[in-house]
Amino acid sequence: MQDLNHLLTAAFVISLLTSGIRLAIPIFLAALGEIITERGGVLNLGLEGIMLVGALAGFMVAYDAEQLFAPSWLWLTPWLGLLAGAIAGMGMGLIMAVLAVSLQTDQVIASITLVIVGQGATTYLFRQQFGSLTARIHPLPAVPIPLLAKLPVLGEVFFQHDLMTYFSIVLLVAAWYFLYQTVGGLNIRAVGEHPAAADTSGINVTAVRYGAILIGAAFAGLGGAVLTVAQLGIFSEGITAGQGWIAIALVIFARWRPGLAFGGALLFGLATALQFRIQALNLQFIPYELLLMLPYLLTLLVLLRGTRRAEAPAALGRPYSKE
Amino acid sequence: MIPTNASTPPVVELRNIVKHFHGGVLANDQITIQLQRGEILGLLGENGAGKTTLMNILYGLLQPDAGEIFVRGQRSHFRSTHDAIAHGLGMVHQHFMLVPTFTVAENLVLGQPSPRKPFLENRKTVARRISQLSEQYGLQVDPNAEVWQLSVGQEQRVEILKTLYRGAEILILDEPTAVLTPQEVDELITILRKLAQDGRSLIFISHKLHEVMQICDRVAVLRDGRLVHTTPVQATNPAELSRMMVGRDVVLRVNKGPAKPGAVRLRLQNLQVRDDRQLLALRDVSLAVHAGEIVGIAGVEGNGQRELEEAIVGLRPVEQGQVQLNQQDVTNRPPRVLFNAGLGHVPSDRYKTALLREFSIAENLVLSRIDQPPFTQHGLLNQPAIDQNARTLIQQFDIRAPAIDTAVAKLSGGNAQKVVLARELSHQPQVLLVAQPTRGVDVGAIEYVHQALVRQRDQGMAILLISTELEEILNLSDRIIVLYEGQVMGECLASEADVQTLGLMMAGSKLATIANQQGGATK
Repeated sequence: MQDLNHLLTAAFVISLLTSGIRLAIPIFLAALGEIITERGGVLNLGLEGIMLVGALAGFMVAYDAEQLFAPSWLWLTPWLGLLAGAIAGMGMGLIMAVLAVSLQTDQVIASITLVIVGQGATTYLFRQQFGSLTARIHPLPAVPIPLLAKLPVLGEVFFQHDLMTYFSIVLLVAAWYFLYQTVGGLNIRAVGEHPAAADTSGINVTAVRYGAILIGAAFAGLGGAVLTVAQLGIFSEGITAGQGWIAIALVIFARWRPGLAFGGALLFGLATALQFRIQALNLQFIPYELLLMLPYLLTLLVLLRGTRRAEAPAALGRPYSKE
Repeated sequence: MIPTNASTPPVVELRNIVKHFHGGVLANDQITIQLQRGEILGLLGENGAGKTTLMNILYGLLQPDAGEIFVRGQRSHFRSTHDAIAHGLGMVHQHFMLVPTFTVAENLVLGQPSPRKPFLENRKTVARRISQLSEQYGLQVDPNAEVWQLSVGQEQRVEILKTLYRGAEILILDEPTAVLTPQEVDELITILRKLAQDGRSLIFISHKLHEVMQICDRVAVLRDGRLVHTTPVQATNPAELSRMMVGRDVVLRVNKGPAKPGAVRLRLQNLQVRDDRQLLALRDVSLAVHAGEIVGIAGVEGNGQRELEEAIVGLRPVEQGQVQLNQQDVTNRPPRVLFNAGLGHVPSDRYKTALLREFSIAENLVLSRIDQPPFTQHGLLNQPAIDQNARTLIQQFDIRAPAIDTAVAKLSGGNAQKVVLARELSHQPQVLLVAQPTRGVDVGAIEYVHQALVRQRDQGMAILLISTELEEILNLSDRIIVLYEGQVMGECLASEADVQTLGLMMAGSKLATIANQQGGATK
């Protein structure tokens, strides 16, 4: 029981919160993208695969850039990696869009295919490129925000992260603004609620759904790249470890609202951070496998009481055809 | 190409429009129609006559296989609704094309270019423009209300506003009165007249003769995809129009003698039922149906009809109150028990509740008794008996089908309904619950269904008829009960009913209140 007392020290809580926020970011980005896609009426369950592809593409681009660039340009390499992650994500999204929108295949099956493709392709490419080499890149450095970072507790928890973490908050606001205040957002929501109404209003349902899928996939790809490029600096097979699936659950928990998705991701991040720390204590009476389950179990519990079907976009998962 | 009469070209001209659908159905066959500025043109025809297809072509939703469209004398080609809207067309759809979770204003700006692109237009500017249009044409509606909160009549106003907001000069209205109360229909007519006076041109799609006669300047009649006739309404009459619609005379009034009511067969006592959202859908509903009479439940759709239907046949739990069949309490008993107690059911949604689409006619005809002899013997299906039953009923009920093993999905609405009716009547129920019996059924079959119901009544069956078609209620019923928001507004004999009073009741006034007011007015 001596060990448990460690849990409650200030330093412990601070580091728990800090790392909880960091761990929340990849999953949050994927969920945010999925909200936009689902608001457009397309159920893309392929986030896990898209995140993996984004994670590897980002890693490979950042790795090569590090080899090629002059030292004065090295600051740019992680950002190129993140961009590559988003673009690779969009590539996966394009596959999904062609399958689900143009060919009108079943969205569940089409998107699960993406997961399998993503897992297989990243495993193959990574082994082919790096073999058994443990390749490393430099992750994004932490950028303390002047003055705010000096605040006791709060400064350390909120204002000493890498730029991508701050940028994620900007993306949250941007996504909200996009969905509710722009023509594009209105079109996406209309197409997800009542595609026939959008069609008769002169909106190209196909084009809008392509857009919603591509934006969503870019976010998921970016989320994967954040994991490898911005945070860990390594890639390994299956590195996303189910985060893509959790992101889908989060969308339901968040009732398709960006703000709530951020809250949900934080919860998951904290649970993961806590799990790492309890594991590190090497407690005899809890097998570590149980601890590994903790964040997923928590998500499941939250979902159990948080779901109400009525709030889902009315046309979610249904292909649209005119006749 | 320039039209020959260059003086005032018609606003819209459809020339020799042809449209085939998969399976070789010819939906539009060489149709030529002109629409003049400021006129209301009625487009009349039965279900499946090709009205909606023709208008979808004009609105850019479908592409014609052949033929040309001229708008204001200019040959136009609409690849999408976007093109049609740009040419000043607007369509008010039968099933409203509004996003329920959006506000009225959001629905109006949807698909419209915004002056602040990519951002949405300023909400206040939009609201002001909506108010202006509302006042000009008497289309009152709150721009900030979410559409799901609106009544059906209000939703329709939003639909009309939507077309006007887009600057539509040519309005297509697809069966706009189907969902309205008589009072709302009157309001709609006033609005349409104002629009026409204002120089807009309207196409009014309908299969209701008296409305076309009342509203339109000219009428074009379609039958089986062909244009039968175009005439000013002054030069025609309802009987002639209906003859053109179906190609023969139809008795719209059902010939029936006075009812001879017997014992009470079905009684509802203080029924309270909830809908799918757990809101009260029926409050304190009591009524009785006697042997040998037809009781009609009138009301605008969505006022508890579906819940009433489901509660009676055992598909929806009854929270309070009682359902009695032949003096026997059957509240909350399973449908099978009710069936055995003598209840027949012709449901409002025949494909959801009554028929298995992919099953054959013969199979559908024995669905409710498939486990009983002679259809099942020693646990095995007796195919000869099933086939024989089908042949008998197909002949008896005049079901038009290629063969007894044709899938029900391939039948027209009217013939599918006859299958349901044949099955339900074949086990001679004492009480028959009939809901929306002629929805999606062509005129010829409507006549058949109506006469079949009257015949059963005369043989002593107790029939409860739920219908949103007021004309049907008036024609068939012996007594009429009006339902509004799940409550009984009042009851009257069909012979003494007047449309005005029924309309007020359908809009939420109790019969007693109306009677008082009228009494007061005469004093």
